[in-house]
Amino acid sequence: MQTHQYDVVIVGAGGAGMRAALEASGEVRTAVITKLYPTRSHTGAAQGGMCAALANVEEDNWEWHTFDTVKGGDYLVDQDAAEIMAKEAIDAIIDLEHMGLPFNRTPEGRIDQRRFGGHTRNHGEAAVRRSCYAADRTGHMILQTLYQNCVKQDVEFFNEFYVLDLITDHDLSTEDMADGAEVNATGVVAYDLATGEIHVFQAKAIIFATGGAGKIFKTTSNAHTLTGDGMALALRRGFPLEDMEFFQFHPTGLAGLGILLSEAARGEGGILRNSDGERFMERYAPTIKDLAPRDIVARSMANEVREGRGCGPNKDYVLLDLTHLEPSHIDAKLPDITEFARTYLGIEPYTDPIPVYPTAHYAMGGIPTNVEGEVLRDSHNVVKGLFAAGEVACVSVHGSNRLGTNSLLDINVFGKRAGRSAAAYSKTASFHDLPADAADRTIAQLDEMRDRPEGERVAEVRKALQETMDANAQVFRTKESLDQALADIRELQARYKNVSVQDKGQMFNTDLLEALELGFLLDLAEITVVAAINRKESRGGHYREDFPDRDDTNYMLHTMTYRRPATAGDTVDGTVENYFDHVEEFGDYKIVLGSKSVTQTRYEPMERKY
Amino acid sequence: MTATLDTTAEAENKPAAGEIPSFDVTLKIQRFSPEVGPDPWWDEFTITVHGTDRVLDALHKIKWEDDGTLSFRRSCAHGVCGSDAMRINGRNRLACKTLLKDVNPDKPIIVEPIKGLPVLKDLIVDMEPFFASYREIMPFFINKGNEPSKEHLQSSEERERFDDTTKCILCAACTSSCPVFWTDGQYFGPAAIVNAHRFIFDSRDDGATQRLEILNDKEGVWRCRTTFNCTEACPRGIEVTKAIQEVKRAMITRAF
Ligand SMILES: Cc1cc2nc3c(=O)[nH]c(=O)nc-3n(C[C@H](O)[C@H](O)[C@H](O)COP(=O)(O)OP(=O)(O)OC[C@H]3O[C@@H](n4cnc5c(N)ncnc54)[C@H](O)[C@@H]3O)c2cc1C
Ligand code: SF4
Ligand code: FES
Repeated sequence: MQTHQYDVVIVGAGGAGMRAALEASGEVRTAVITKLYPTRSHTGAAQGGMCAALANVEEDNWEWHTFDTVKGGDYLVDQDAAEIMAKEAIDAIIDLEHMGLPFNRTPEGRIDQRRFGGHTRNHGEAAVRRSCYAADRTGHMILQTLYQNCVKQDVEFFNEFYVLDLITDHDLSTEDMADGAEVNATGVVAYDLATGEIHVFQAKAIIFATGGAGKIFKTTSNAHTLTGDGMALALRRGFPLEDMEFFQFHPTGLAGLGILLSEAARGEGGILRNSDGERFMERYAPTIKDLAPRDIVARSMANEVREGRGCGPNKDYVLLDLTHLEPSHIDAKLPDITEFARTYLGIEPYTDPIPVYPTAHYAMGGIPTNVEGEVLRDSHNVVKGLFAAGEVACVSVHGSNRLGTNSLLDINVFGKRAGRSAAAYSKTASFHDLPADAADRTIAQLDEMRDRPEGERVAEVRKALQETMDANAQVFRTKESLDQALADIRELQARYKNVSVQDKGQMFNTDLLEALELGFLLDLAEITVVAAINRKESRGGHYREDFPDRDDTNYMLHTMTYRRPATAGDTVDGTVENYFDHVEEFGDYKIVLGSKSVTQTRYEPMERKY
Repeated sequence: MTATLDTTAEAENKPAAGEIPSFDVTLKIQRFSPEVGPDPWWDEFTITVHGTDRVLDALHKIKWEDDGTLSFRRSCAHGVCGSDAMRINGRNRLACKTLLKDVNPDKPIIVEPIKGLPVLKDLIVDMEPFFASYREIMPFFINKGNEPSKEHLQSSEERERFDDTTKCILCAACTSSCPVFWTDGQYFGPAAIVNAHRFIFDSRDDGATQRLEILNDKEGVWRCRTTFNCTEACPRGIEVTKAIQEVKRAMITRAF
């Protein structure tokens, strides 16, 4: 076992982690721990763009961007945070350009901008060109540019290190803390994939930037490695997760595979058609049609299929039609995604429409933070020394449905803020002693998994989980479907206690790590489904067929889910808002649902029409 | 070792490939683990795969259903993260971008780690030497003048000039297909030169002179013998050899 000491430890080297690292590493001793080589992070898969009201090609301003973000999120967005994001977007883009990012250009040599779903002029009048982009590999360019600048700044990375535990001075999963009492994050425990060795990192400030959790679903645009590690670790240490029922299903995944075709395809003029060749989005969103927000388009597609207007031998997908676009335009603006269609489905997008179906894409929920990136341990108390940014976090700027391009923006704006806050905090704070047994829990967990002689296969349990989530907790949800999902997850949690790995070695034991990742997925799927059962309304990405309307009277609140010991009380603590008062008991623990109010500043909730 | 796995259940969920039925395929995989012994060995696995499955799907099937010790890197599974470059029937490719039906499944498909970098376990190689030469060419934007308050201006033509080399995902398929790199581990290798090209030809960048000096080294661009292996290997379709030629030419024409 090795131990290290840093002022700031950042977990994750995607866009959010590296943007934070660029802020912190110049100021204080900083380490970035990442289970992947930084350039392998899934930020690199992002295609379409990053929005900022630069007004380079037409009139625009940050206030319109704020409004679109709030409305797109079906008013569950914290409006102060959305405003900060929309304002700071402009500097975030300029920062990236100054770091060398090769954006596409206008004829005048300025950064070019294009249309994207839900981004409009003057509060919904018409689509606006707000998305800054680099062909259809904007995320790739962001990831490369941030990594390049980390190399320039000599940032210290621990590559292929898996963080498996978070150390705090009070274990909230077993202990009740009074309102205002101090809880400190003091370090993390990591596993070096190459050697199997355990490393304990002591830190004054820790930033979680571990990305999303798309692998709880079967059909997803997310990487195999997006297993929600950071969220699950926070949950296990007794910290709440916010708004986990809101998961975004992106309309245009390659049918059956889930590989993403960016919304940019529709931004550039692509059209969705059903088996009659009809442009069906005209019926669902008469004003902005194919460029309606993702939740609406995804549901419309699923509804076309349900009503028998799907395409293909099984009538189980719709078509994305680019055939009316000039091949040269397609090559210039959408080279990568058209190549995906060719490589993986053997479809030539110049001449044939592409089979598409919604794919699990983005976790709106996550570890609750304030606008400085500080993690909350309930509706208002912060955890000292713990920060989160990026898809793992919930600020909440995306509310119940994220607009396209707002995540690349989120990781840059709030990655920077978290890096800055963590560095500033670490300058004033001192190290807390780590308990001698800090790594014991992790070591025991690894040994138990490695030593279990025989048992079920990880892949089978994972597949069953992903299948039930696709079948029962996807675009359309009901009480029955969610109860079924929860029952399945309970059974899979039990089976998980009996999985075993074949690789018993120390070096590059990916078999073992996949087993631990499955544990994270199960915990997160469980939380997601419990939160979805509790929310008896439809809003943004969460659609309950049994409660098809938005219910602002009862649900204009963020959900806060806590995992507590079975013996704990049913409220999080007497002083915390616990409006939902919903508790699910599971043997040795229970899930308690509380709430957090939504910050509203400028905009009164309205019906969301496009 | 030979194993046959039934994967029809999985196959039923795959779409739009009516014409390409499931088929059997044998993978012959080079294995190595220092915890097992000092020498590599070969394992054969026969599995049933679906028509649109890729080599990565086959490796997963083997790992998940038969031999959990089989080790390889992967993440995105659609050719954008650069994790899974390997030698497939003697050619460097990304496993996630190579359809099984396209690599002659009638014969065993040979899967080996990429060459020229130390093998650590099975298909996993030590990437540190690769990233070390990448870091040497100063792979970051250098701008000496005053920063404009807004963006630097750049015409679409200027932007287009280095577009090709911005696509690099650092997968090492090119570098590890280069015979010069195999015999001379000191050579920077094509990927480092591609990334230097990305900045040398960026109209906004002021570090070209320094980079060209670095690449003028005896282990720099002049070692390239224009065998085009790298261009063939690049999964992003980057014209790697052309980029190297352009860097060579810049060295001759730009005074520094
Ligand atoms: C296909 C696709 C296209 C998209 N297109 C767009 C777009 O056009 N515009 C837009 O705004 N958004 C887009 N998004 C969303 C956006 O790309 C992501 O939400 C965002 O990049 C997430 O960044 P991140 O830094 O939070 O996480 P990631 O980039 O996923 O990085 C996570 C990091 O955490 C590390 N990590 C995870 N677990 C551990 C652990 N246990 N220990 C150590 N390290 C760990 C990983 O190694 C990785 O470095 C897209 C998403 C996808 C999937
Ligand atoms: S140039 Fe091509 S082959 Fe070489 S590292 Fe980059 S993407 Fe891979
Ligand atoms: S797994 Fe990402 S490139 Fe193949």
